[in-house]
Amino acid sequence: MRHFEVSFIVDPVLSGDEVQSTAKAYCDMLSAEGAKIVHIDEMGLRQLAYPLNKRNTGLYYCVEFATESPTMIAKVELAMKRDDRILRFLTVKLDKYGIKYNEDKRAGKIGRKNRKEKPVEVVSRPAAAVPPPPPPPPPVVVPEIAASEEE
Amino acid sequence: MATQDEIKFLSNPSIGQHKTKYCRFKKFGLKYVDYKDDAFLTQFVNEQGKLLPRRITGTSLKYQRRVATAVKRARHLAILPYVTDLLKP
Repeated sequence: MRHFEVSFIVDPVLSGDEVQSTAKAYCDMLSAEGAKIVHIDEMGLRQLAYPLNKRNTGLYYCVEFATESPTMIAKVELAMKRDDRILRFLTVKLDKYGIKYNEDKRAGKIGRKNRKEKPVEVVSRPAAAVPPPPPPPPPVVVPEIAASEEE
Repeated sequence: MATQDEIKFLSNPSIGQHKTKYCRFKKFGLKYVDYKDDAFLTQFVNEQGKLLPRRITGTSLKYQRRVATAVKRARHLAILPYVTDLLKP
């Protein structure tokens, strides 16, 4: 089973129900073609970095799925290309680290990847701090006693 | 008149000091570069949205390739811009 991830942007002009049904239609299409839906991530309304079809915002969806026959992806992509409710789409094959990353993200281990790493860096620094100074050398009295004993 | 204690350095001592660069992916054990995380990817592009070279970010070659792919995917999905000015304030 290979894991894939398809991200698409739905037109924000549509009503809430239409957006839901559009996303659901593609999930159903994937299931009908024999794919196992792992997770559907609704990223919600986001600002686009540049206008697409004269829209400045878009509703982002990301669907992770596993399939035995990757040839079915072409069918789904063709349907998305013909659909004017979809502004953009991208299908990506996930490697083992990508699968693990998505699992961790769902488990809440990665809230924001970069911000999670920064506290780790801060914590590790005091550990590598300067060790406590060695105890002061013993007093000079000792050689005197030793000298007196020799006498 | 400044006293001797106030005059410590004739030149700024932080100039010319070499700060060692490192690959953040290797250091923190990050194996996957997410193309949907725009806040993370903006660390690897300049104000115009162009990819920064490895000699500035310190990323290793393996992860630089993955960062480049992730940035290109993000551009396609309008998460990052292709061309812009003042991406970072």
